[in-house]
Amino acid sequence: MIRRAVVLALVLAMGAIFATLLAGYAPDGDLNLTARYYADRTAPDIGSANIVTAIIVTYRGLDTLGEVTVLFLSATIVGLVLAGGRRRETAQRPPVPVGELLTTGSRFLVPLIMLLGVYVFVNGHLTPGGGFQGGAVVASGVLLMLLADPLKHFSHRLIAAVESVAGFAYVVIGVLGLVLAGGFLDNRILPLGELGALASAGAIPLIYSLVGLKVGAEFSSMLASLSETEEL
Amino acid sequence: MIAQIAMATGFALILIGLYGALTNHNLLRMIVAFTIADTGVNIVIVAVGYMAGRTAPILDAAVPAAEAAQRIIDPVPQALVLTAIVIGLGITALMLAYAYKLYQKKRTLDIGKLTELKW
Repeated sequence: MIRRAVVLALVLAMGAIFATLLAGYAPDGDLNLTARYYADRTAPDIGSANIVTAIIVTYRGLDTLGEVTVLFLSATIVGLVLAGGRRRETAQRPPVPVGELLTTGSRFLVPLIMLLGVYVFVNGHLTPGGGFQGGAVVASGVLLMLLADPLKHFSHRLIAAVESVAGFAYVVIGVLGLVLAGGFLDNRILPLGELGALASAGAIPLIYSLVGLKVGAEFSSMLASLSETEEL
Repeated sequence: MIAQIAMATGFALILIGLYGALTNHNLLRMIVAFTIADTGVNIVIVAVGYMAGRTAPILDAAVPAAEAAQRIIDPVPQALVLTAIVIGLGITALMLAYAYKLYQKKRTLDIGKLTELKW
């Protein structure tokens, strides 16, 4: 009881801090200096219609490379931690048979979900979307496949190959930017094209597609590792 | 006003998550509480970038490049939150994997019974 009271007091104190922050908050009327720079310079310098994508892939491209690395590390550690529990009998039946609806529905929906995922990461420089979102959509297709057939075995070798090739190509494009254009991960190694066209914004569609493949492969490997753990 | 409502929601979610993480004894419930707090942080960051009467930072016919600076909201918090969501998901998967491993070893998810690090 004392414990709960202490926690409640802590949460209330924190709530008081937040309330003060909220009371003193006034939305900006104008963009700040950084945001203004991005708003003004994205169209002529990057050629990407989606400014958030320009920031993530080019202006702060190095951070995104680091982010993808963090994701890779967490997927690897999940695989490593759960590797011991991967001893499932092939003859084992799913405890609850999945329904006809789920099986047929997943057969119909999985290709469409995959297509949507690819669409989202290929159009990352034009629409609200991109590699991370597209990769997550692709992985949700994998999750549906796993729900429809819990004993389905995914080739970890294939997932690892997709992931490593995409990651390697990402770094190679970054280094090409260093050689052919202004710096690491500079997107101007390809022509910028016309603002709003699919083949525009230099290397951004390429980089974001690679990020999409990599993120999709990482999430899928996490899902596969988690689903392959033995029953406790 | 919308920014304040969104921000209040975010702060409330942070507090709910914090309370849940501190009062629950089950590791899985703590993980769920952490993801709720995580969502709250993301909502607060996005709310900070909101500006009344402006639109999403995507250049098209409605937002020509020349007047982008007057028409769009701050794109930086959105880029930050995109990163935070993905990392949050990775961390959640990691926590779940560790919880599974702990259960496999100790046969319990009760944080009160995992006493190795207690002094």
